[in-house]
Amino acid sequence: MELNVVDLSRLQFAMTALYHFLFVPLTIGLSILLATMETVYVMTGREVWKRMVKFWGTLFGINFVLGVATGLTMEFQFGMNWAYFSQYVGDVFGAPLAIEGLMAFFLEATFVGLFFFGWDRLSRRQHLAATWAVAIGTNLSALWILIANGWMQHPIGAAFNPETMRMEVNSFYDVLFNPVAQAKFVHTVSAGYVTASMFVLGISAWYMLKGRHIPIAKRSMAIASAFGFASALSVVVLGDESGYEANLNQKMKLATIEAMWDTEPAPASFNVVAWADMEKRENVFAIEVPYVMGLIATRSLDTVIPGIKDLVSRTEDRIRQGAIAWDALQKIRKDPANVSADVRETFLQNENSLGYAYLLLPFTDNPMEATTEQVDAAAWSTVPEVMPMFYAFRIMVACGFFFILITAIFFYYSSSGKLDILSEKRRWLLHVAVWSIPLPWIACEMGWFVAEYGRQPWIIESMLPTSVGVSNLSVTEVLMTLAGFVALYSTLLVIEIMLMFKYIKIGPEDGVNPDAARPAFRQPAPTAASVPAE
Amino acid sequence: MILYEMIDYSVLKMIWWLLLGVLLIAFAVMDGFDMGVGAMLPFVAETDIERRVVINTIGPTWEGNQVWFILGGGAIFAAWPPLYAISFSGFYLAMFVVLAAMILRPVSFKYRSKRPDPSWRNSWDWALFTGSFVPALVFGVAVGNVLLGVPFSLDNDLRMTYEGSFFGLFSPFSLLCGVLSVAMLVTHGSVWLVMRTNGDIAKRARRFGTVAAGLSIALFALGGYLIASGYVEGFRITSEIDPNMAANPLAKQAITEGGAWMANYTVHPILWLAPGLGFLGLFGTLVLLQTRLEMPIFLFSKLAVFGIISTVGVSMFPFILPSSIQPGASLTVWDASSSHRTLFNMLVVTLIFLPIILVYTAWVYKVLWGKVDEETIERDNHTAY
Repeated sequence: MELNVVDLSRLQFAMTALYHFLFVPLTIGLSILLATMETVYVMTGREVWKRMVKFWGTLFGINFVLGVATGLTMEFQFGMNWAYFSQYVGDVFGAPLAIEGLMAFFLEATFVGLFFFGWDRLSRRQHLAATWAVAIGTNLSALWILIANGWMQHPIGAAFNPETMRMEVNSFYDVLFNPVAQAKFVHTVSAGYVTASMFVLGISAWYMLKGRHIPIAKRSMAIASAFGFASALSVVVLGDESGYEANLNQKMKLATIEAMWDTEPAPASFNVVAWADMEKRENVFAIEVPYVMGLIATRSLDTVIPGIKDLVSRTEDRIRQGAIAWDALQKIRKDPANVSADVRETFLQNENSLGYAYLLLPFTDNPMEATTEQVDAAAWSTVPEVMPMFYAFRIMVACGFFFILITAIFFYYSSSGKLDILSEKRRWLLHVAVWSIPLPWIACEMGWFVAEYGRQPWIIESMLPTSVGVSNLSVTEVLMTLAGFVALYSTLLVIEIMLMFKYIKIGPEDGVNPDAARPAFRQPAPTAASVPAE
Repeated sequence: MILYEMIDYSVLKMIWWLLLGVLLIAFAVMDGFDMGVGAMLPFVAETDIERRVVINTIGPTWEGNQVWFILGGGAIFAAWPPLYAISFSGFYLAMFVVLAAMILRPVSFKYRSKRPDPSWRNSWDWALFTGSFVPALVFGVAVGNVLLGVPFSLDNDLRMTYEGSFFGLFSPFSLLCGVLSVAMLVTHGSVWLVMRTNGDIAKRARRFGTVAAGLSIALFALGGYLIASGYVEGFRITSEIDPNMAANPLAKQAITEGGAWMANYTVHPILWLAPGLGFLGLFGTLVLLQTRLEMPIFLFSKLAVFGIISTVGVSMFPFILPSSIQPGASLTVWDASSSHRTLFNMLVVTLIFLPIILVYTAWVYKVLWGKVDEETIERDNHTAY
């Protein structure tokens, strides 16, 4: 395969975004858990809760800085690699990013310093306020980023302006209250809460297996399982909401997730397992469950879900319509002052298909003269590879249900005061919790893959193809930065994981606990607090 | 009547030009002393405990300061999309270098103290140096290139082609700007250390600051001379331009002309205040560093940053990003902004949140204020970096 700037830029964006999202979900969830634990501390005055906040806070800090570091790239690489995209939609898309900085990131980053350094300088309540400011800032940050992302998936509240060659806002309200963005926001932060809960749960389970730090482990487990259970339910329900929204405006995404080539009579069946052949455009085999898909995606018995082939033929019509808009736009751009009213009218009538004309650009310079084969090829270019979509989605969903199950089990044991039984008779459950720690990350990354790969070839759904949004860069330039980011991020990730393991092994300060079940094991390792002293 | 039309489009463009300046200056003032401190770190502090003192003067607050950089990116994207698109894709590899260096900063602060091993700590010290020195240099070089004009062209669909190369960014004049930027931030950072540390570190910081302030004065004057003498050519719009026009950078004509960056000073002599304040700030810093004063020097070093950056802005007005190969495609205040509605909406958001940010930032600084010395580090060993 020949390397080109579009694919390399996509790869770089995917790489930097997926790395960034290794750190973000834990920050989102753990900040809330920290604030909750500290609230308990302030309300009860019991020192054990403060030690919990400090211990989980140490791990939070190790993770947080990499979220910040990799986030820097995210803010700037739209301009670096996606210059035409930035020019084309900056009027709409830039605002949420700027507001994120003003409303959320300042709050989070300013108070995170007080969280770590303010223990002796602030009253208990003041410190608690600082911790909540971090948690709220982090979560608001996710809100604005998902408003931006949601707009790329479902671009409402804006229109194209031929004079400035870009999309411009006509309803800020619509951009903010985009239903896709709202569903994505709750789905994403819930995923963060689940991630942090599984993290805390798994590490606490490890301490219980080792018989260390039992008072802290039990309390952490109680909070994490309750919070995790609620969040896991929310993540699945809101994921379903996202699927419903996708059926309204990203039908192709849904069809590829389901490997559904042909339109079925409603309600459509759900493929549990399938193997698709992209060349022949059919499934080699599939195991179907009748009715389920139609119910999930349309919440009705009689709404038809279009298959891939039908969607492609609809796309062909829009490509032809888009070519007319494209042609009119060329005339307007050439001589805006003297262009006839007819041309403007033609443009306005076909404007909403303009983006489809750009799909022809890889095949021909003049979309108006495209042959039937070219239109066909352009239309089929709107179908992402089916199998990665199909299985990424199923892995994510399977993880989601597993999280509900495991958090429910631990919630049962902790709420009925039976956590001791776990370490005595059901140690395998604790092992499961430990080995489940990586799963939320896998689920998160799969989720982003489905959301982003599934809307290709669009960078802005139905408005601007990814291949048009790219900057005029050379292959060498993008290869250099791609290699640079991979090397830098991988090094930092390895260091991060090493430090995480180190501080998990050291564990929290135990202090004197009246309710400790038994004295903690002798620990050869120094405590977290004593290390920087050396 | 529609709300956003309450303020003229041209007025909004002007306000956003000022806000762009406010953001850049705020970034240089707030994150600037962090960068200056980082760039001095391996030299101003020798032992591990000294380095920890230096790092902990900025440790709790650098994170918030860095948000000015991120907000700068976001605000340029929102208010000046073509500027965001053209500058970051044009300066592609330079931007990568800046990002890679800045990525090292958060990690250095946080991870350095996590292991006692001296080679571990020493590596992070140099990472912190790189993360401070390199961006300071590249930002200055970038400003130099903007003053010289950037080799980009726009086609009829406003798609940008950049003709320059990474090494082409380093001309004598742009390097002068780069070194000026480092010197200015080191001056600023040294004053910070004078305020926040005692003893040897503070003494060394005074020496570093004195040299850096002297160098800044010389380079600022030399840069000004090169521009006034016409060695560095400016740009001038030669066609009619309607400040209320829709944002289309191709609707005007412009030319390159020696001395054009001085034209605004002739029309509005009050603008001489900008370079004047820059010099006043630098001289004030230089002189006061020789006294026992601490806090007042910081006012002067802030003034220096304000004056120097404002000088660039007012010299170029209304240009924001001139094109050296297609001057007519240069980005100006009048033809490179977001739409009327977006500028208005973003102004409302900014007016609400900027004051709030300033209030809580000030409060956090107040809480964390005080000298950092070896004693405080040992006392707060649990939490200090």
